[in-house]
Amino acid sequence: MMKKELKVIGKSTKKLDGKARVSGQAVYGHDIELPNMLHGSILRTKYPCAEIISIDTSKAEVFEGVECVITANDIDVNNISYKRDHPILKKGTVNCNRDEIAAVAARNKEIADKAIQLIEVKYKVKDGIYDPFEALKDDAPRVNEFGKGAEKFGNKNIAESFHYEHGDLEGQKAKSKVIIKKSYELPRVTHACMATSNITADFNQLDGRLTLWSSTQVPFLYQRDIAHALKMAPSLIRVIQPIIGGGFGSKLDMHPFEPICALLSIKSGKPVQILFSREEEFILSPTRQPMVIELTTGADENGKFTFREVEIIKDNGAYTSWGATTPFVMMQTYSSLYQVPACKFDSHAIYTNNPFAGSFRGYGNPQATFSIETNIDLMAEELGMDKGEIRLINANYKGEITGQGLIYKTCGAIPALETVIRKSGFDQIVNEPKTGRYLRGIGLGSMLHVGGGAKIYRSDGCGTILKLDDYGYLTIVTGSNEIGQGSETVLAMIAIEELGIPMDKIKVINTDTDVKPWDVGVHASRTSFVAGNSLLGAIKLLKEKLNSKASELLDIETENWDYMDGKMYFGEFEINLDKVAREIHFGPPHELCTVSYFYEPPSSFQDKEYKGDVSGNYAFASQAIEVEVDTVTGNINVLSVHVSQDVGRVLNPIGLQGQMEGGVATGAGYALTEEMIYEKGMLKNPSFHGYKLLTTTDMPPVHFYPIETYDEAGPYGSKGAGEAPLIPTAAAIANAVSNALGVRFYSLPITAEKVLKALSEKKNELKLERVYFKMSVET
Amino acid sequence: MKIAFKINGKSITKEVRPSLLLIDLIRDVLKLKGTKPGCLEGECGACTVIIDGYAINSCLYLAINVNGKEITTIEGLSGTKSPLHKTQEKMIEHGGVQCGFCTSGMIMTTKAFSDKCIAEGITPTRDEVKKSLEGNLCRCTGYVKIIDAAEAVYEN
Ligand code: FES
Ligand code: FES
Repeated sequence: MMKKELKVIGKSTKKLDGKARVSGQAVYGHDIELPNMLHGSILRTKYPCAEIISIDTSKAEVFEGVECVITANDIDVNNISYKRDHPILKKGTVNCNRDEIAAVAARNKEIADKAIQLIEVKYKVKDGIYDPFEALKDDAPRVNEFGKGAEKFGNKNIAESFHYEHGDLEGQKAKSKVIIKKSYELPRVTHACMATSNITADFNQLDGRLTLWSSTQVPFLYQRDIAHALKMAPSLIRVIQPIIGGGFGSKLDMHPFEPICALLSIKSGKPVQILFSREEEFILSPTRQPMVIELTTGADENGKFTFREVEIIKDNGAYTSWGATTPFVMMQTYSSLYQVPACKFDSHAIYTNNPFAGSFRGYGNPQATFSIETNIDLMAEELGMDKGEIRLINANYKGEITGQGLIYKTCGAIPALETVIRKSGFDQIVNEPKTGRYLRGIGLGSMLHVGGGAKIYRSDGCGTILKLDDYGYLTIVTGSNEIGQGSETVLAMIAIEELGIPMDKIKVINTDTDVKPWDVGVHASRTSFVAGNSLLGAIKLLKEKLNSKASELLDIETENWDYMDGKMYFGEFEINLDKVAREIHFGPPHELCTVSYFYEPPSSFQDKEYKGDVSGNYAFASQAIEVEVDTVTGNINVLSVHVSQDVGRVLNPIGLQGQMEGGVATGAGYALTEEMIYEKGMLKNPSFHGYKLLTTTDMPPVHFYPIETYDEAGPYGSKGAGEAPLIPTAAAIANAVSNALGVRFYSLPITAEKVLKALSEKKNELKLERVYFKMSVET
Repeated sequence: MKIAFKINGKSITKEVRPSLLLIDLIRDVLKLKGTKPGCLEGECGACTVIIDGYAINSCLYLAINVNGKEITTIEGLSGTKSPLHKTQEKMIEHGGVQCGFCTSGMIMTTKAFSDKCIAEGITPTRDEVKKSLEGNLCRCTGYVKIIDAAEAVYEN
């Protein structure tokens, strides 16, 4: 694809609704107040694993201001979750610290919270099982009574398994000069969206319709899921999305509090709102998958990779969320990040009495990438090879069809790597002598991620309706939604580019399932790609109408009108866009300037062996990160981050750069500070005080070098970009710390404590070596 | 208890219970929803408002303590006629807003800090600007653009 000169695309454009968001006018879920609205509160279990002997709600029911109380006995519902193994309200047993036992709706939040305390639950506490390896043992109790592990996977506590392979594994092993086998442990971390989870439900008893103000990322799947849960017809449920205060994957699954809120509204006949406190948010919102990865990799004497063999045990927690499907992404990374002649992948998600994980920006990829990039460094060290060189000779390339069947029609992997190596001064820093209290190191990490959606549902498409009114204003009704990532702005930019309508005459409507056309939702870095292509399709239809009317009005024969500044141009002819729209409306054919288009990406489903070209295109990126480690305190200071990413084409530079910086910040937190500390199923640090996010003073400069490969599948050649910047950050930081200190870390986060421990172990080893050396000299 | 205070330039007298938090007075009683509840534990800064020139976390402050004081919330920075305040303009211009939930707090902190610096005739260094925002968490942006925006307030 050739680079076409564009007017707006590629130029930094301010956020479409920026003014509302800086002035306090934007309405988030927390800000909604409806007439007669009640406030809900949920009683959760005291113990992560117990039998419920009895629930007594009588005191709560008569508490002044309480309007209704529900328990599992009062409701007729279906289980929820990806595997439908999750009861909305629990009876019989509780299986993790999040488990919902009863819910109250009351006049205000304070009353609801007090009423919850009045509910008496008698438990028979059980030991519970908190280690997935323990849960796999024959004598372990069955954690989830709805799990189908015994029939499907040969173990009652396996929630989901994946097996994948390609190539001649044994042959490639035989070819290997070096084989590295390591075990990695990844922590449980959380999205920590600045706005806590929330929902407002309003059931209208007159017409049986339910309206939900919900911050889901996937409104149409959500509508279907909640309808299934409540045994309602999906079309009776209207999902309205208020402005969302952070998503990052946390709002892909529907969680019990959402149908619970709907049930409270159905029962009370009034609108009900549930808002989480920050503590609840830490305890209840989904997390990234904690997992143990055992990775074996090989390379031949030239450093060419030969094979990867990986076995993953994931802590599924008590119920199964979308998070159980992260292996779709992980197997892609193991099979196809760098050239991999042979690969064998096994992963098992194991039920435990821990809380369940969900989806999180990167979707398993940061974990996989950390293990792969560490193994690569180790192989380079063993072969005596340069760490940049080993990556470059194995890097993905344009035209490659990977063992899994991904087709790289464009690929910026090599230029991305070369760029960060050069710009960061990698060769010099990596080899400089490491002495003194403060040690500097640098590390590399690369990543592969879907760039054009991912076919995981029967449709990965998005609909668009366009309405050009009599005055030349354009309304874009898009199925896709904005969760802060800036997709609305990109859509408006596309409309400006194509139709020459100025920004202040463009409206984007995207928050109401009763109005907008279908879309699968915000995930897999797909929005600009899929919604952008959908919009382009709709614009083409709109232009056909406008072109033929304009030609008719000016009595010329052409289909090649240019659109600029609210006008249409052809040679010396020009006509106002609004005039053409009015003529279509008020003159023959008496139509409105309204069109509708549905775009389905060309990606295909994987086959039974998980092979196939699942995405419209693929994004590649590398990061080189420089750190300084204080060997006295163990503190790691990230000095600078160099990111180069194949984004296909830059659409909105300022928005894209913001995605880079935000992704790197979360990735750096994953590498260095963030960890949810669980003891026997209970969270010990449910606050920002105990769970450390990076702050302004921790944040390094982020140097970003986009690589433009102009991929034909994406709008103007672009690829999805939102998740990528987070993915290789932890890997690159871990490699940098190891370069500085000469010790390796196989678990995250790399805390000061871990650094000091590793340094003292290294010292002891050196001492021992010296003693042995002395002894051998003396004898 | 009866308290009298000024908020966004308007004098108000209110009967409040002694345990009422300032954030609840602002959001629930006065219905100014631009001040955001991110944690209600004094850890995130989303609820920052300015009282007599100082940026404070309204979730840690009792409403009764505003008696006789002057509060500015995010709504006080832009009126129906007046355009956005410079701190707001810069935030948009530099791309410091993604989801926007932290934005009110970031802007109020920046406003208090820059008012003080400008009054004292100081242009702070980038590190000082960063330090001034250390108590404000953001999960979306990685802070760089927010810091850029807060620095740009000192440009002429
Ligand atoms: S809400 Fe006040 S500091 Fe977080
Ligand atoms: S912009 Fe989302 S938390 Fe800062």
